[in-house]
Amino acid sequence: MNDDDKKSPEFASGETDVATTETGEAPAKDKGNPILEFRNINTHYGAVHILKDVNLAIYPGEMVCLLGGNASGKSTTLKTLLGMVTPTTGEVVLDGEVVNDKPTSYRVERGITMVPENRRLFKRLSVAENLQLGAYLRNDKAGIQEDLERIYSMFPRVYERLSQKAGTLSGGEQQMVAMGRALMAQPRVLLMDEPSMGLAPALVQTNFELIEQIHQEGIAIFMVEQNANMALSLADRGWVLQTGRVVLDDTADALLANPDLRKSYLGEA
Amino acid sequence: MTAAVKVKGAQRTGVDWFLLFMRITLISFIGIGLVAFVAQQIDPTNPWATFWHGEEGASTLDWPQFQGLVVTGLSQGAMYGLIALGYSMVYGVLGFINFAHGEVFMIAAFTGFIMSTKFDEAGWWEGGVFIPAMILTIIVATIVSTFVAVIMERVAYRPLRGSPRLIPLITSIGVSFFLQNAVILLFGPGAKGYATFPDWLDKDRVNIWQIGTSDTGIPEYLFSIENKKLMVIVVAAISMAALWYFVERTKTGKAMRAVAEDKEIASLMGIDVDRTIVTTFAVGGAMAGIAGILWGILFKSVIATTGFLPGIKAFTAAVVGGVGNLGGAMAGGVSLGGAEALAPLMVLDPWGITGPSQLRDAVVFTLLILVLLIKPTGLFGERLSSEDRA
Repeated sequence: MNDDDKKSPEFASGETDVATTETGEAPAKDKGNPILEFRNINTHYGAVHILKDVNLAIYPGEMVCLLGGNASGKSTTLKTLLGMVTPTTGEVVLDGEVVNDKPTSYRVERGITMVPENRRLFKRLSVAENLQLGAYLRNDKAGIQEDLERIYSMFPRVYERLSQKAGTLSGGEQQMVAMGRALMAQPRVLLMDEPSMGLAPALVQTNFELIEQIHQEGIAIFMVEQNANMALSLADRGWVLQTGRVVLDDTADALLANPDLRKSYLGEA
Repeated sequence: MTAAVKVKGAQRTGVDWFLLFMRITLISFIGIGLVAFVAQQIDPTNPWATFWHGEEGASTLDWPQFQGLVVTGLSQGAMYGLIALGYSMVYGVLGFINFAHGEVFMIAAFTGFIMSTKFDEAGWWEGGVFIPAMILTIIVATIVSTFVAVIMERVAYRPLRGSPRLIPLITSIGVSFFLQNAVILLFGPGAKGYATFPDWLDKDRVNIWQIGTSDTGIPEYLFSIENKKLMVIVVAAISMAALWYFVERTKTGKAMRAVAEDKEIASLMGIDVDRTIVTTFAVGGAMAGIAGILWGILFKSVIATTGFLPGIKAFTAAVVGGVGNLGGAMAGGVSLGGAEALAPLMVLDPWGITGPSQLRDAVVFTLLILVLLIKPTGLFGERLSSEDRA
């Protein structure tokens, strides 16, 4: 919230969304083609209809967020993006290619990575091994080493604890390792599932600063977050999911100003 | 048992008192037995020994006998350890005990039998060609057991992925019966003898440092080991070291440990979870295969039920070491083998139990009960929260 001024609001993508309410501000830059897209995605768990005609698009280098209450379909959205859940109808498009049937590894190889909720490090493996596993699909030894060093300079604390078991680290350190592990996959889009969940309040701010830092390196961030205020203050654009449907799709500033949203998600009566 | 119902909270229930009683009884039985053993070594006609063994007192154990028992225990324990690795790895990755693993071991021992008779017919089971023939036998048996383990995963366990863990566990008992009976169908129910091994392997010994001569004129050595047992220990040690390297140092090994801990996140790293599970079964099967051949070298015969008791003992070894922990499986196997060889004479005999060596199986399972009573997570196991294991 404190650094609203450094955001340059951008257009919602031109995609046809259920409740597009574009604001008339000019786009700050040409976004090119989206990396990752949802085209009319419907997902079912058995007979339960989870995602309903969801359209999303993530463009290179932008920071977007997905807001929504419990059981609104946020996790399913992430799982569908990653190929852990197959949509019943609609298309998941990666670099213009429909990837509905492609496994997670295919998408990871092409630059889609997630920092999972609660970090989910391999607790019994060392910090170094956790980072190495992040680069599991890469074979360029020199590049991996280079990226490792970049992560060490980004998180000096991680370097100090390389040989320690990941489960012995503090929550904040684990968050760094989780981000480092994701960065080792050389992502173009980093999906973040509830990044501030389970962190001490003092760490939440630091954590968002880290996300901002990663974003500065040109990596697109797709953030799913309960902390709507914080997320919207960082993001360029956002969507609001309600029972599996996108009900709002707008620039972050417009969403922050939206009275309905303020009422339901930002806790203002 | 009413106490167990009535008493709640921090107070001990009837079951707790019973368990405490069992712990104390077992530990005192073993402790007193060991002390009495030392006492009868010093003075075979001490009151305790004459009470249990009669006027002539207990028989003492001399160094060559003791050392022989240790070697026997180590070689058998190394085999249990090799088999236990398969139990532990599959448990680590899929969270169930694959009771058909003992049959993989048995099938390898059978393959060894077939190879040895074929080589014997061809005249390759002796002389200079024996060593290449033996190496080939080990390789073929390992390939066969690896293959059996992989097929087993594909046919019996993969369709059950995601079902409650009790289901694959029961299935594994079914697979075990199936494999046993398939072998009976193919080779008959009788015991099959391996072709005779060359004397240098089967009978000769490595002797180090003569320390004296026995009453009957046989030289006694500080350290003496039959070549076959030495070979068993060496091959087992090499296999375990190779496995350790594979699991700890290679990319696939790291993937395996990652899958064991969190399949969803492992797949998020781009790891192919199914393939990693197959690799786990394959590596476990290979270890059981090596153990099967070593069994053939030690005991020279195999029967369709050969897999049962070593399988159960290896499972015990895995539990003793802490199931899911590979170092624990190896250590558990070796300590189980050692206990099995030494405890009859060092614990049971001082209590005046006749024919204590007949009770080695009882020793193994008593040890299992003891570990479950005192440290249920095993010697090296870590307590896993239900959340971790879910």
